[in-house]
Amino acid sequence: MPRLLPYLLLLPATAFLCLFFLYPFVQVAHDSVMRGGVYTLENFTRMAGHWKFSTAFWNTMLLAAVVVPVQLAMALTMASIVTKLQRGRSSILYIFAIPLGISDLAAGLIWLSVFEQSGFLNSLLVGLGVVDRPILLLGYQNTWVIFIAIALAEVWRATAIMMVILVAGMGLIPKEYGEAADVFGASRWQKFRRVTLPMLKPSLQTALILRVILAFEVFAVVVALGGTQLPVLMSETYHWQFAMQERGVAAAYAMVILAVSVAFTILILRLLHVPKGARV
Amino acid sequence: MAVIEIKQVAKNFGAFTALHSVDLTIADQEFMVLLGASGCGKTTLLRIIAGLETPTAGEVWIGGRRVDHLPPRERGIAMVFQNYAVFPHLTVFENIAFGLRMKKMDQAEVTRRVTRTAELMHIEQLLKRYSGELSGGQRQRVAVARALAMEPDVILMDEPLSNLDALLRLEMRAELKGVLAESNTTTIYVTHDQVEAMSLADRISVMNGGRIVQAANPVEVYRNPAARFVGSFIGNPPMNFLTATPVGPGKWQVAGQTYDGPHAQAAEFAVRPEDLHPADHGLPAEVRVVEPLGPHTLVTTTVAGQPFRAVLESTLMPRPGDVIHLAPVPDRIRWFDPATQTALC
Repeated sequence: MPRLLPYLLLLPATAFLCLFFLYPFVQVAHDSVMRGGVYTLENFTRMAGHWKFSTAFWNTMLLAAVVVPVQLAMALTMASIVTKLQRGRSSILYIFAIPLGISDLAAGLIWLSVFEQSGFLNSLLVGLGVVDRPILLLGYQNTWVIFIAIALAEVWRATAIMMVILVAGMGLIPKEYGEAADVFGASRWQKFRRVTLPMLKPSLQTALILRVILAFEVFAVVVALGGTQLPVLMSETYHWQFAMQERGVAAAYAMVILAVSVAFTILILRLLHVPKGARV
Repeated sequence: MAVIEIKQVAKNFGAFTALHSVDLTIADQEFMVLLGASGCGKTTLLRIIAGLETPTAGEVWIGGRRVDHLPPRERGIAMVFQNYAVFPHLTVFENIAFGLRMKKMDQAEVTRRVTRTAELMHIEQLLKRYSGELSGGQRQRVAVARALAMEPDVILMDEPLSNLDALLRLEMRAELKGVLAESNTTTIYVTHDQVEAMSLADRISVMNGGRIVQAANPVEVYRNPAARFVGSFIGNPPMNFLTATPVGPGKWQVAGQTYDGPHAQAAEFAVRPEDLHPADHGLPAEVRVVEPLGPHTLVTTTVAGQPFRAVLESTLMPRPGDVIHLAPVPDRIRWFDPATQTALC
């Protein structure tokens, strides 16, 4: 009996996951290849044939390509600084973690209040006399401003999660390795590049996979700041599901997001692979 | 050429004083061992010399250059760490080459030096492995090879053998001594193991409570301890101490026996267990425990109510409860001042 006990204890959670995650997932996968009662790839051709698909796809990729590296660089810098602090370390971690407690829609709305026509940024510009009257920043004429606003909101919102993971990872590296690097002539940058970074690989893997997947699922921030001006994969999924009532095409979008997420997860695992003998 | 001078170096950690104004000069190519119990400040002193710790006061000079304000990499040192600190993400080759790569040495020279030091440490067949695939002893060899490859003026070693099992420690000890003697470097070696200290050192600095109590060659430290602490810390079993009462100028009575001693107000009698032999007249010792150790027999006794040990020939087998008379070799008797705990002449 004691041998079965762990499985028994895990059973409710496993059943829950099967019921509420695995089952809907199978159903979505099924829906994506089903149309009018027959198995077909028409959902995918309809999706790909629509003029918004490639825009949404590339917008999503571009956002991830801009946001994730910026977040990685910032999180690494912040984690390095926080790790070195003698005191006040946990207070600073808490402060940095505040945006994590805010929903992504709320985060989008906060940045909307900065960028909208009657927002803080316009008030500031008018107050300083840079412009005569408030300008329309988030309009369809300049989607690049929308893009920047979304990128800013995403960086502001989700850098802390990476930092927290990296701080934990840096804490796991024994101090002697850094000291050995110091003694054997490494400069601060060389120490970071040649010792800290390689030994941080397992944490980097976790942080990157988490962030990249979330970046492909970006939705509420995009909707709050751009409405339909800047389509992304997730907003298109929503659009097909609820506005167009095309369940099959929405499911096809969901499968594309899944495929991209899996591909990048595998890529990250490969790139940051640590050979067995080389682990700490 | 690297003489190391430590001038009035002190270190406080908050309210705790780890080092009280330490002065020490280590000659070029000397093998200096810092010996003491844990918490005596020996590792702190080593780390200050390495530049991993900043002294609260004082100066550190290496090779005629003041270095206490310089980062470790500008001090011309290499170090072997207690837990080896062999980088897990690099192969043995790249670990040994680490310091050379930091100096941007050209590949041919890197290969030459790595190959040479790997051969010296008998790890040439491990160069492609990662540290996770090595035993503790092999990692230790990599750590030493990494230090030697730098061809440094000074090698610092922080309890390098303490994580190895007894047999391996013995083997590595002899090997280290040979390798370091040929390398022409000045070596500072921290240990709490007195046998290691005695066998390796040109000179031993015995430390206690953040001070250097005695710095001298191993025989001198063993035979003429400058302080009671040194006598009790070095030697296994340690030195015996007995109270003495003055019975005339330079005459002291110890457990009913009279010995010539110092002209002083008060003194404590001391003798090493192996400097005793059974005699008709001597210190009356009541035998408590007899331990035959093969080459000799360790006898634990009480003399005038104080614990007293003797190392006797293995042919002698007193029994617990016997009273034997132990005569000290006259020129091996030492005297300490009970107030200052330092040696009296």
